Amino acid sequence: MPGPLVEARALVKRFGSFVAVDGIDFAIDAGEAFGFLGPNGAGKTSTMRMVGCVSPRSGGELQVLGMDPKTDGSRIRARLGSVPQEDSLDTELTVWDNMMIYGRYFDLPRAQIRERAAELLDFVQLGDRRDSRVDPLSGGMKRRLTIARALINQPELLLLDEPTTGLDPQARHLLWDRLYELKLAGVTLVLTTHYMDEAEQLCDRLVIMDRARIVAEGSPRELIAKYVTREVVEVRLNREHDRALALAKLKPMGERVEALADRVLLYTHNGDAIANAVSGNGFGDASVLVRRASLEDVFLILTGRSLEED
Amino acid sequence: MATPQLLRVVEREARVYSRMWRGLGFTTFVQPALYLAAMGLGLGGLVNAHTGSVGGVDYLDFVAPGLLVASAMQVACAESLWPVLGGVKWMRYYFGIIATPIGPVEIYGGYVLWIALRSMLASAAFLLVAALLGAVPSAWGVLAIPAAALTAAAFCAILAAFSITQDTDLSFPMIMRLGVLPLFLFSGTFFPVSQLPAGLRHLALLSPLYHGVELARAATTGSFSLLPDIGHVAFLVGCIALGGVFGVRNFTRRLHA
Repeated sequence: MPGPLVEARALVKRFGSFVAVDGIDFAIDAGEAFGFLGPNGAGKTSTMRMVGCVSPRSGGELQVLGMDPKTDGSRIRARLGSVPQEDSLDTELTVWDNMMIYGRYFDLPRAQIRERAAELLDFVQLGDRRDSRVDPLSGGMKRRLTIARALINQPELLLLDEPTTGLDPQARHLLWDRLYELKLAGVTLVLTTHYMDEAEQLCDRLVIMDRARIVAEGSPRELIAKYVTREVVEVRLNREHDRALALAKLKPMGERVEALADRVLLYTHNGDAIANAVSGNGFGDASVLVRRASLEDVFLILTGRSLEED
Repeated sequence: MATPQLLRVVEREARVYSRMWRGLGFTTFVQPALYLAAMGLGLGGLVNAHTGSVGGVDYLDFVAPGLLVASAMQVACAESLWPVLGGVKWMRYYFGIIATPIGPVEIYGGYVLWIALRSMLASAAFLLVAALLGAVPSAWGVLAIPAAALTAAAFCAILAAFSITQDTDLSFPMIMRLGVLPLFLFSGTFFPVSQLPAGLRHLALLSPLYHGVELARAATTGSFSLLPDIGHVAFLVGCIALGGVFGVRNFTRRLHA
């Protein structure tokens, strides 16, 4: 049985005295979609750049495709695809030339690049834009072109840093479709995100990062089962409510209670019953909502903060 | 053996350059003609009438190699400032390149090599125009092309190493005005450095352009002197090596942070 594609032990990244990644361990297996979920500044991008062999580690161990990025960075990168968070397309070239020159960076023969570039542009639905310059493309198109470009060398591992940040919902869904197809085709995906719906949609397994550390690991379903109850009752507080009084009333009703700025979350295995009890206790129907627990709740319970807060 | 990776960076630049060829082609041929007409024929007519010759040659013959290398320097400098910062800061395409097997050192080395090659193209055009105007008395004049390339590479190696450390282009206009322009004027381009006051004369010896112009002039006038010419080449190679030390360090620091 082959080992993991990526393996990190006590991995550290420092910038001067700032610790961006503080001793994390993880292993990514071939064929899985692995996510780093966490708020901005949690250390996800730094981790991703170390895995992508474009940022030397400050400590710990890291193996990518069985090699050490410290000594074999170029050979590893030859077998990776990378989609950085910020645009890095060549705006002085057309869509087609971006694909061509990228293939050349990987030292591929021109005929092979032409064939793959045409396929890949069709795959990301940019086949009709091949003679366009990069600048006039929309954010979603640029991201798709970056993905097509990253696939030119048929990578074993595709790294995606915040792939849908800044995109509108339609563009996000189109991108998710493409990534899902890649996953079905057997490409190992590693992505960072601060959207829990993205993590739930795409990731077989993920780690939750907060303040440079990994705070939990598992499949989305495992994490929810382990850290939260099945259902959540959200009670929206309005101005008429005395916050302290409301909290005192609600506290005993959930198995676990989290108070946010504008609402209170009651974690429970029986949402409807609790919702009814809450409604009958001076909280209007309109302000009570029952929903299934999500990764957002896992994050909240583990860190005491909401993902979107910062 | 695999193709050296820095040639891929050259290939990228050539691809961009070839898209702008028409616009650049015009300036490549017309600019030298204008310069040579104004300085060589216009000003040269006056100079020749007063002094007979400069450094033993007709003024047009004197100034043509100076202008050739000086324009190579100007292009190399401008191309080593804004486009390099653009690669890391505005367009950010360097970050696309480093995700491939190509690393920061190859981006730097490839770019210096490209600037050298590009200046060879421009210098060849310049030389052709100069020859048509009768400003290249010696067939050795073709060696002015590598002399210009070496000079362009020296300036590029140094300035690109600096540009990659910057976060804004605020210092760039000052470098062009207070650095490049004085070099352009006082490096033996338009008149021999022996015309300068003693102190400045020695300062001019530190100008890479001076050494490039001397080499190119030796070539176009066919008057080589072995030891000084070896010295000029060594000085320019030394500039490339010195810039290279900082360039390798700075590009790696910035791109592989």
